[in-house]
Amino acid sequence: MNEPILSVQNLTTAFRTSEGWREVVRDISFDIHAGETLAVVGESGSGKSVTALSAMRLLPKDKARSTGRILLEGRDLLTLPEHQMRAVRGGRIGMIFQEPMTSLNPVFTIGNQLAEALVLHRDMSWKQAEAEALRLMERVRIPSAGTRLHEYPHKFSGGMRQRVMIAMALACKPRLLIADEPTTALDVTIQAEILSLIAELQREENMAVLFITHDMGVVAEVADRTVVMYRGDMIETGDTPQLFAAPGQPYTRALLASIPRLGAMAGSVTPRRFPQVDAATGVATEGAQLPPPPSATQPVVKVSNLSIRFDLPQGRVHAVEDVSFDLHPGETLALVGESGCGKSTTGRAIMRLNTPSAGEILVGGQNVAKARPAELRALRRSAQMIFQDPFASLNPRISVGAAILEPILTHGLLPKPAARERVSQLLEQVGLSPDMATRFPHEFSGGQRQRISIARALALDPQFIVADEAVSALDVSVKAQVSNLLMDLQAQRGLAYLFISHDMSVVERISHRVAVMYFGEIVEIGPRAAIFGNAQHPYTRRLIAAVPVPDPAQRGTRPAPPAVEPRSPIRPLDYVPPKRRYREITPGHFVMDEAAA
Amino acid sequence: MSAAAASFLAGSRQLLRNPAVLMGAAILVLVVMAALLAPLVAPYAPNKLSIANKLQSPSLLHPFGTDEFGRDILSRAIFAGRVSLMVSLGVVALSTVLGVILGVAAGFFKSLDAPISRLLDAMMSFPDILLAIALVAALGPSLTTVIIALGITYAPRLARIVRGSTLVLREMPYIEAAITLGLPTWQVLVRHLLLNLASPILVQATFVFASAMLAEASLSFLGVGVSTDMPTWGTMLASGREYMNSAPWLMVFPGLAIVASVLSLQLLGDGLRDLVDPRLTKER
Repeated sequence: MNEPILSVQNLTTAFRTSEGWREVVRDISFDIHAGETLAVVGESGSGKSVTALSAMRLLPKDKARSTGRILLEGRDLLTLPEHQMRAVRGGRIGMIFQEPMTSLNPVFTIGNQLAEALVLHRDMSWKQAEAEALRLMERVRIPSAGTRLHEYPHKFSGGMRQRVMIAMALACKPRLLIADEPTTALDVTIQAEILSLIAELQREENMAVLFITHDMGVVAEVADRTVVMYRGDMIETGDTPQLFAAPGQPYTRALLASIPRLGAMAGSVTPRRFPQVDAATGVATEGAQLPPPPSATQPVVKVSNLSIRFDLPQGRVHAVEDVSFDLHPGETLALVGESGCGKSTTGRAIMRLNTPSAGEILVGGQNVAKARPAELRALRRSAQMIFQDPFASLNPRISVGAAILEPILTHGLLPKPAARERVSQLLEQVGLSPDMATRFPHEFSGGQRQRISIARALALDPQFIVADEAVSALDVSVKAQVSNLLMDLQAQRGLAYLFISHDMSVVERISHRVAVMYFGEIVEIGPRAAIFGNAQHPYTRRLIAAVPVPDPAQRGTRPAPPAVEPRSPIRPLDYVPPKRRYREITPGHFVMDEAAA
Repeated sequence: MSAAAASFLAGSRQLLRNPAVLMGAAILVLVVMAALLAPLVAPYAPNKLSIANKLQSPSLLHPFGTDEFGRDILSRAIFAGRVSLMVSLGVVALSTVLGVILGVAAGFFKSLDAPISRLLDAMMSFPDILLAIALVAALGPSLTTVIIALGITYAPRLARIVRGSTLVLREMPYIEAAITLGLPTWQVLVRHLLLNLASPILVQATFVFASAMLAEASLSFLGVGVSTDMPTWGTMLASGREYMNSAPWLMVFPGLAIVASVLSLQLLGDGLRDLVDPRLTKER
């Protein structure tokens, strides 16, 4: 076999801490050949990004040191002088990052920023560079590239910006492309577009690609070979299909077993717990089916014709438009859709964190918007919310116990000694130890913090919880555990959940009914089995089809999605949305009539 | 020991490792101790006249020299420190209270933001010292009015900082969680918001403390401050001006006292700001 483009040999990277040097990546070795994609996969803190940053020598010199060898086309990057390294970055190695929204300079046009790299690295004149920039924009399939070249970054959506970033990375015809979680911040349909774009460009350029991700579904889609990392160690490496078919290590088995798989719920009527994975052996036991919710009497939440609009200088955003649904006790209704579709805005309106423009929200028969202070306090007891970011949803200065105790005392539910007892019970119920009550949020991991948030929400013994992307920020194994906790609590307490999520495979597990939102409207709503098994609306189908399948054998069986420029959500002030009609496909399964759209 | 106390101690240790902060703290402790123990440490009574000894240059008997009435400048400077520190502390307390109330109100309640922010803009468009002089002139000069005038003058500085931080914190999920838990608004503001505002307020307050000390001296120097028979570093400077050429020590020593105190506070404030900067705390 010919020489690899990148050969990492016994790479060890250590960070300086107050206790001395701490190794965060230990003894990593891998090769990537031309035209090959190597995925480095692992959960947060596994050292996968540090590996890439070490290869680019982007870690601060006084805080980090690397030993071993990183050979790019035979040259050891670790011993290269800094000025030669600069030529390597952006020249021989291109890099794309996770956050496309902040990686472009807002005060220069896209064309300007692309051309700048070309003038710098390829000795072109500005005129040549602009022509080349146009060619690059077309290569990354940006529609009407000629005019868009002269536009500023704020006019580009996240997906389009990531295309620009890819164009920039490709500007100097790199031999190696490092992609660090390039699709994690993007919607699932956009993710599918970007992944297929990277694959196409790789074939055309015969580049080597180092792909860093936490998502086994993405790995299955893109990687020829895979390196699995865990806490700084390389646990396992191998050809991707082989690794998926016969994982050698318990950790890899556990990782693969805990991935939510779309379609795993076919034939199951009620939600089912995620499989329990034994960490020592990696053996999974299928989760138990949940009992059906009690037959519906009165809905806990009734949303009728809810509209929420925001006025901007450029026009009006119809964030939520004519949305109606019921939520019954013991039931989970998932609200799915892509970022900006209005699902969180709807949830926040139910919690009265924003104000509806029209429509009515009843929680336990009480109108949320019109509640007087005393009524609002009662409402706050029956409806609670769990937030997405486990690192921001707990006050850093208040101990965990005090945070859970506070609402109990404020609402006068229990006298102080009994309330303390209750805090211990709640902590136990969410799988934590009662003596953790004296600790502060920073001492907990993301998953533990989310459990604490759940305990706090349960402190008031609510009937209904809005879970706004409550498990989206968690690592895959933790995601399954927290989802199981939510399902268990539902079964014990008859809780109703409004489960807001963009993650279709979690939604399939956890929900009884699903509502799909698109540009502020519900385009389809119905029982979970009907939505996933018999999707009617084209958008629902697109959403389900875009979810990566964690099975390398199925790669390439799906057509590449087209580059769709999302339409602007901003409307003129005098825009009157059309009245939508819904067709009932099967009992309870409604789809928006496209003829009226 | 609780985690908060532990992290506070670790923070203080880190703070004192910085030589600039250590020096600032040492000077400040010296000045404060001297002011508190003034009757014990001052070699003479501050207002004891001795015409025979007037305008003596620094000597062993009078280390800082004497003024035109033969009063010992070291003793006067020590007693003057009491007034200066009292005024500065009062100004910090008043401006912090005003600033926090205005800043939180403007940052948390959208409808109050525009009126309060315009008021702050209007106040900040006056030069500090001019605004203070105008207020003292309106209220009549005395120790209390100086504190009130400077307190009002420096309130916008704190209000601005508090408003900005409040705007950021208001959007934090833990503040929204506190609202959805049905906690009364005052509880959300005090327990959840103010607690997290403590660091920026503390840092800004040290800078206001230094400015207030300087401003009090300026007001006294200009003759609109506290009454002249009460020694402050500013009044000492003002009365020493006539003898600047023949007896420079009349101005040099009170001037040095001001410089040292202000410098120590600035050093301390800088260190505090570095300590509470999240980008720096992350690396600990």
